[in-house]
Amino acid sequence: MTCDPATTAEPAWRSHGTERRSTRAVRVRVCVVLVAATVLAVLLVPPLVRLDQQAVDLSSRLLPPSRSHPFGTDDLGRDLLLRCVYGLRVSLLVGVAAALTATVIGTAVGATAGALGGWADRGLMRVVDTFSSVPHLLMGIFIVAMFRPGVWPVIVSVALTHWLSTARIVRAEVLSLRARPYIDAAVSGGASRWRVTVRHLLPAVLPQAALAAVLMVPHAMWHESALSFLGLGLPTHLASLGNLIQAARGSLLAGQWWPTLFPGLLIIVPTLAVAGLAGAWRERINPRRRSELML
Amino acid sequence: MLELRDITAGYDPAAPVVRHATLSLAPGESVGLLGPSGCGKSTLARVAALLHRPDTGTVTLDGSPVRGWRHRAPRAQRTAVGVVFQQPRLSADPRLRLTELITEPLRATHRRDEIPRRLAELAPAVGLTPDLLDRRPHEVSDGQLQRACLARALVLRPRWLVCDEMTAMLDASTTAALVAAVEDYRAATGAGLLAVGHDHVLLQRWCERTLHWNDVTRTRDPAPL
Repeated sequence: MTCDPATTAEPAWRSHGTERRSTRAVRVRVCVVLVAATVLAVLLVPPLVRLDQQAVDLSSRLLPPSRSHPFGTDDLGRDLLLRCVYGLRVSLLVGVAAALTATVIGTAVGATAGALGGWADRGLMRVVDTFSSVPHLLMGIFIVAMFRPGVWPVIVSVALTHWLSTARIVRAEVLSLRARPYIDAAVSGGASRWRVTVRHLLPAVLPQAALAAVLMVPHAMWHESALSFLGLGLPTHLASLGNLIQAARGSLLAGQWWPTLFPGLLIIVPTLAVAGLAGAWRERINPRRRSELML
Repeated sequence: MLELRDITAGYDPAAPVVRHATLSLAPGESVGLLGPSGCGKSTLARVAALLHRPDTGTVTLDGSPVRGWRHRAPRAQRTAVGVVFQQPRLSADPRLRLTELITEPLRATHRRDEIPRRLAELAPAVGLTPDLLDRRPHEVSDGQLQRACLARALVLRPRWLVCDEMTAMLDASTTAALVAAVEDYRAATGAGLLAVGHDHVLLQRWCERTLHWNDVTRTRDPAPL
């Protein structure tokens, strides 16, 4: 019996699925390359390129992009490419540190609320609601205003406004796990509340929490930029992407686009890349989505 | 004695699942509890295992009244009752290897030093080979996983066993093996057994006394025992 090529060809629905999967693979690869380039740039450029990002050269003020200054120069004649890389480094540091801190706080609060239940759960969740009811940026400004300008107040400010969603995710997950018979079996086997939480509940919510942390990095970077743009974040001599855009506001009106465009792109591109990777990861760890994609 | 008196329990106080159930087990006695699906026998089994606080009624375990449930029960009281549930997949933490699953109660009660000895006794008793012990729940069958769950229930040497539809998901030979393992344990330790199920042929052959759900809940105002 010979195989008819028409019947062995991939059915339409399946080729559609593979196409979706391959475009997804390309998307993931692009994101990996962009994230890797960002991380390498901020890690390698400052130690390898021994140029002073603060070097002022008033004779070359506001030069458009050229061979010697690929991103142009700012109103003090500083090289924008170098300033952008340093700014990206600060933004990334703030983003990652704030996202990690926020995830730790959120996981701790969510797991405590979910594992204890009862009045502790209600109390903690009302705290979460209270924090959520204030606009993030407003509360961030309030927190930053309490400290001297610097990197740490910005990290604290972003972390303290971003742990709420993680707390909600972790609590919901813990509540659904807590009703499983294996938790009953652990209780019956003499496990304390602490042991049930640390041994059975936290390991189960960890992938979700890690995903929330990665998704939070771009958000935290944006938040830092917003604070810096408002002049409340990092001190102005410290290049951060928000600071660069803030300093470039005046020249944009005068027709010099490069001091705004390049820092802006450096906020948008890495954050989209990180968000794209996190989205792909979410599709991977969510089995229902994966089984739907396999159809 | 394991005594449940006039238990009313459920998940919504306005509509309890179990109403006025009374049941008592003498030390070393095996009692089968028969009832149709959804009648509340699993809830009653959870009350007996101190895993669900009843709305009203009292539970007395070996002479002392039970005052707290779940984490609020003293550890000695909680661990005096071993439980095996119906669905092994849901009653096993998917991240633990079978060895860890079985010995987790020993770790939770700070008796790590007993792990090698208890494991060497229990694995052959429930019919688990060493290669299975190294696997995770998704790498073994339901029957093999239920054997591990039984071993976990026995690892702390409970004086009472509550088997909630332990064999409902299993084939005849695994059922026979698990029942034999429970009976060997009871013969060696004199533990009491509350077996809940709807297979009356099995329960009548397994247990010394079988009760129907109606017998348990009929007496609204039980006479003093």
